[in-house]
Amino acid sequence: MEPIRVHEGKVCPLNRANVDTDQIVPKQFLKRIERQGFGQFLFYHWRYDHKGNERSDFVLNNPIYKGASILVSGDNFGCGSSREHAPWALLDFGFKVIIAPSFADIFYNNCLQNGILPIVLSEEETAFLMEKAEVGSLKVRVDLPEQTVHCQAFHFTARFDIDPYRKQCLLNGWDEIALTLQLEDKIRAFEEKWKEEGENMGIA
Amino acid sequence: MEPKTIIDKIWERHVVHREPGKPDLLYIDLHLVHEVTSPQAFEGLRLSGRRVRRPDLTYATVDHNVPTRNRHVIHDEIAKKQMLTLAENCREYGIPLADIHHPDQGIVHVIGPELGLTQPGKTIVCGDSHTSTHGAFGALAFGIGTSEVEHVLATQTLWQSKPKTMQVKINGRIRHGVSAKDIILAFIARFGVKTGTGFIFEYTGEAIRNLSMEERMTVCNMSIEAGARAGMISPDQKTIEYLEGKKYVPKGETFSRAAEAWLKLKTDDGAVYDRTIEMDASTIEPQVTWGTNPSMCVPISGRVPSPDDFAKPSERKAAEKALEYMGLKPGTPIEEIAIDHVFIGSCTNSRLSDLRIAAEIVKGRKVHEKVKAIVVPGSHSVKKAAEREGLDRIFKEAGFEWREPGCSMCLAMNDDVLQPGERAASTSNRNFEGRQGAGSRTHLVSPAMAAAAAIAGHFIPVHRLNQEETITIS
Repeated sequence: MEPIRVHEGKVCPLNRANVDTDQIVPKQFLKRIERQGFGQFLFYHWRYDHKGNERSDFVLNNPIYKGASILVSGDNFGCGSSREHAPWALLDFGFKVIIAPSFADIFYNNCLQNGILPIVLSEEETAFLMEKAEVGSLKVRVDLPEQTVHCQAFHFTARFDIDPYRKQCLLNGWDEIALTLQLEDKIRAFEEKWKEEGENMGIA
Repeated sequence: MEPKTIIDKIWERHVVHREPGKPDLLYIDLHLVHEVTSPQAFEGLRLSGRRVRRPDLTYATVDHNVPTRNRHVIHDEIAKKQMLTLAENCREYGIPLADIHHPDQGIVHVIGPELGLTQPGKTIVCGDSHTSTHGAFGALAFGIGTSEVEHVLATQTLWQSKPKTMQVKINGRIRHGVSAKDIILAFIARFGVKTGTGFIFEYTGEAIRNLSMEERMTVCNMSIEAGARAGMISPDQKTIEYLEGKKYVPKGETFSRAAEAWLKLKTDDGAVYDRTIEMDASTIEPQVTWGTNPSMCVPISGRVPSPDDFAKPSERKAAEKALEYMGLKPGTPIEEIAIDHVFIGSCTNSRLSDLRIAAEIVKGRKVHEKVKAIVVPGSHSVKKAAEREGLDRIFKEAGFEWREPGCSMCLAMNDDVLQPGERAASTSNRNFEGRQGAGSRTHLVSPAMAAAAAIAGHFIPVHRLNQEETITIS
């Protein structure tokens, strides 16, 4: 996973609450066995009509937001299905940071596993960024070490919380499995202890 | 000793490693795998030269993609490749697989319990958000993403920060004709789709205790629709009775010992939750969703709401969008909504008791001429049991199609797909835009409500079916 420290980018406003992962990447695109190439399917039914033509009223199709790498959206972003294809699609499309007043738990974790920074800001702060981004091109600077979102043009700075361990993983782009495998002795000891206690652990 | 919740008991027993500033490293007792969220995880293992640490604690099946009509010809080449990839991965890594023709095949959350893989006290994960279903047995079960699937395959553990605990207490008794599905839909309608975010639910109260194991699964299944990754119910005698004799459950003396240990898992009297919310079961009516998330739901006696009924601007806007998508006018009585399709199935409502209830209603009646109705049993085992009772005949005689087991029209990844604008009464769990096909319109209901709607061609309280027929005849 690519490390993320400081990211500066254009903001795309997706002014909806409860954006579910079925919208982020519809099910007909989940049959692929690769991790790459999901960006083309991002928000597919919002981006394209039934004939496959671009919908001009969808924010991602607005030329103003071309190249945006920060998505601002409403409450409970990423709810529903656990499909990691959702963050894969967002990342492949070019989004590195997602800002919302709240995220669904599984989606939030899935972002962290892929080097996407999900940022929880207050309703007011999110609404401010949404409003500014909706009227024109808005650039913000996200500083993970400092845990801030900063916008020079409006003298706007907001702080965000993140689990310290997850922060380290993102900053370093760590392979979490490699870290866990360093604890192999502890995992084995745990299994041995259970075996001694006569726990039924196997399936068959 | 300090009284503990079942959540705390299971969590503490599974901590492999704990250090300040880090989540806990939790041991995973059972990892369920299906074809859609696993290929990239296996590929990751292969690329890094890692092995599956405990194939004996891993169990795979195909459910999301499988055709429910002809099982021997799969037209969708990409879906076929995904299923073959799972079979190859299971072979390579020594993982047991209930493949498409295997007698144990079915929806992963249906077969886990019926095979007895699901047991109280276990930590259970699967790359699927409805893993919360297994919590009905007093297991700590939650959905994970594909990167976490890879992590569990390689290490049999997961880094997890402990969520907060919430007691969801459903007091009193449900009325006749009200189901487990109505309880959970009414709960989500009242408390919202993110009330459980950051929490694990434990369902308690008289109404929950009175539910059968299959009904408890329906409730726990939709915990994720309220935002909670896991929803649990403390084991009791019903849990023990359900599990005894199941394929992978210990037998004889070992079973008695296990059962004793399982009963001790229940939340201690006086244990403290981070939050408790309560609801009265006696006022719950059969529910029908009208919008594009499961909280947009009203009783069958109700009407489609108006955006003006909502106080918050964001909710007003969401209601407007939902009504537009659903093609509904504010104030329309729910009973006047005509439907094109009925789907009885999914990990929420495809078990034998669900099919029995629906069959009882459709018996001797005919599916409305404008309605296309299908029943998709949750597993081969459910299908065979239903056929032994003659339920398949009842459904077929009424005009339902009787299909092979799988996820089917719940998420429409196979060819059970609605056309744009088509409206379904569905016993599944999500009414999101496009969930059952691009432009499709989903109303979530219980099996009884779905069966009644199939006959009437519109939503109708079950007890009124007879009256309506009398009126039609006269």
